[in-house]
Amino acid sequence: MKRAIAGSLESNDVLITVKESDSLNITVKSIVYDFFHREIEKVIRDTLAELGVDKIDVTCEDKGALDYTIKARLTVAVQRMEEQQ
Amino acid sequence: MKNSIGRFVPEGFRPFTGSNEYKKQQRKLIPEKQCHDGFELLGSVSDMFDKLNIKDGMTLSFHHHLRNGDFVLNAVLEEIKKRNLKNIRLAPSSLFPQNASLVELMENGNVTEIYTDYVNGPVADAISNGKLQGMCVMYTHGGRPMAIESGSLHIDVAILATPAVDKEGNGSGFTGKSACGSLGYAVSDLKYADKVVLVTDNLVEHLENAQLEGKYVDYVVRMDAIGDPNGIVSGTTRITKDPVGLKIARDTTALLEEIGMIKDGLSMQTGAGGTSLAVAYYVKNRMLEKGIKGSFASGGITGYFTDMLEEGLFDELYDVQCFDLKAVQSIGKNSNHHAMSGSKYANPFDDNVVDKLDFVILGATEIDLDFNVNVTTDSHGKIMGGSGGHSDTAHGAKVTVITTNLIKSRLPIIKEKVTTVTTPGEDVDVLVTERGIAINPKRVDLLEKLKNSRLPIFTMQQLLEKAHSITGQPDKLVLSDKPVGVVVYRDGTVIDTLYKVN
Repeated sequence: MKRAIAGSLESNDVLITVKESDSLNITVKSIVYDFFHREIEKVIRDTLAELGVDKIDVTCEDKGALDYTIKARLTVAVQRMEEQQ
Repeated sequence: MKNSIGRFVPEGFRPFTGSNEYKKQQRKLIPEKQCHDGFELLGSVSDMFDKLNIKDGMTLSFHHHLRNGDFVLNAVLEEIKKRNLKNIRLAPSSLFPQNASLVELMENGNVTEIYTDYVNGPVADAISNGKLQGMCVMYTHGGRPMAIESGSLHIDVAILATPAVDKEGNGSGFTGKSACGSLGYAVSDLKYADKVVLVTDNLVEHLENAQLEGKYVDYVVRMDAIGDPNGIVSGTTRITKDPVGLKIARDTTALLEEIGMIKDGLSMQTGAGGTSLAVAYYVKNRMLEKGIKGSFASGGITGYFTDMLEEGLFDELYDVQCFDLKAVQSIGKNSNHHAMSGSKYANPFDDNVVDKLDFVILGATEIDLDFNVNVTTDSHGKIMGGSGGHSDTAHGAKVTVITTNLIKSRLPIIKEKVTTVTTPGEDVDVLVTERGIAINPKRVDLLEKLKNSRLPIFTMQQLLEKAHSITGQPDKLVLSDKPVGVVVYRDGTVIDTLYKVN
C-alpha cells in the first residue's frame, strides 16, 4: 500500500501522513484542537479538492501550524505518495 | 457573586473591586511571634515532626528560593505520607515540577488545601484536574506577605530551607553549597508563623547581615543537602536569539525612549525571560549612549543587572530572589545589592519597592480587549503559572509594558476576554508585539506623547483582527463550572476563579 509523509513535529509545523484508501478519512490531532479543529479539517478538505483527490487516508499531527503550512505539507505528502510505483 | 470586572467569586471570598481600593483600608497586623534566645538543634525532618507535634489539619509553609532543586519540601511531603497525616494545608510560596510527589498526597487526602503564588508541572495539572479536595488559593508575591501578617493565612509551622545558619540561629542564603542568594519570600513566614524551623546543610560560627533573624527561630534541622545546586539557580540567564523577540525588545526600548522613561535616575524591573532580558540589554545601550545613570532595579535579579550595577548604571539593586549564579555571587559581596523581603518588595501596605518603579516589562499568556492579563492558566483554563510579582509590579510601576508574540503556535495571544484574569487591565498600559503596539486608552498622557510617533501603534481591537487574519477565528471554549481555586489579587480580594479542566 502506498504511504507518504511530509512535515515534522516541531512547533508551528505539522506532520501529515497519507495512505491509499477506497474512501476519504481524515484524522486530526492538534495542540490547538479545541480552537481550530474545524479550520484544520476545512483546509485539508479544500486542499484535497484542489488536488483532485477524493479517496485517501489523511492523518494530521499538528503543532500549531498555520493554514498555508498545512496546505503545503499535505500537497507534498500527496505528491510523494503518487510518485511511488 | 461577580466582582467589578465581571468574574465569578465563590462563596466565602471577597470580590475584587479595583486595584486602588486597598488605599481605603488600614494595614492589619497580628502580633509577631515571640522572640527568644537560642534554638534546639534537631537531627532529622522526622524528629521535627515529633518535636513540634505536627498533626492533621496544620498549615505548613515554605519558601521557593531553592526552586526546582529544593529537597526540603519534598522531604516534608515524604514524612507526611509516611505518617499518613490528613488535611494538611500547604503554603509554599511557589511549587515546581520536581514537587510531583505532592500529587499522590492530594489524591489520598493528606494535603487538601494549597496556598501559593505560582505553580507549574504535575501539581498544577492535578489541581486543574480536580485532585485537591479543598481550594487552591493563588496569591501574588506582595499579597502573600499581606495575608500572613494580617492573619488571613495563619501558619502553624514555617519550615525554611536555609543555606547557612549560625550559632544564634541567624540564617542566610548567601553562602554554603546550596547558596541561593536572597531569601526574601521567607521573611513574613519567619516573623508570623507560630513555630519556625530552619533546615540547613551548613552550620557556621557567625553570619554578618543575616536576612533571617535568629530571635524568631525555634528549631534548626540538619540535613546532608537541602538542595541540588543545578536546580537552584540557572548557570546563566541569556537574552533571546529569536529575531521576533529581539524586534519586540527593540520596539519596546524605542517606545520607552519616546515616552521619556529612559532618563537620569530611572528605575526598572524586568523578568528573567529572554525577551525581557533583551529589553534590559537595549535599555542599557541607550543609557550608555546618553550617558545617564539609573537609581535602582528590582525584582528577581539576574547577572544582566549585577553587571549594570558594577558598571555604575544603577546606584542600587533591590533583590527578593536571585535567578542566576552571578546574582548569588554579587549579593554576597556588593554592598549596593540589597536583599529585601517579599513584603518590602510588593506588600501593598508596606513602604514597598514596586510603588517606586518607573517601568516594568512583563509577559502574558493572554491579554484581552480590556488589557486584562492572564499568566495563571493556559487558554484551556489549565493552571501553568501564577502572578508571582506580575500584578504587584503592574500596579506599582508608572508604566507597565507587556511584551509577547502576537501569536504562539497558532493561538492568538490577544483574546476578547482572557480565560483567567491575573492582573487587571486598569494596571496595564502598553502591549508590544512583533506586529504592533497597543496603548491602553485610559493612558491619554502616553497617547499624547506618542501622537507623532512612527512606531506601529494600533488599537487592541486592530491587533486582535490582525491576529485572526493570520490564524483564523478560534472557536470559543466553554469552561466547566466546578471551581478548584481562586486567583487572589494583592489586596486579598478574588479577581478570578480557577475551574476544573476536563
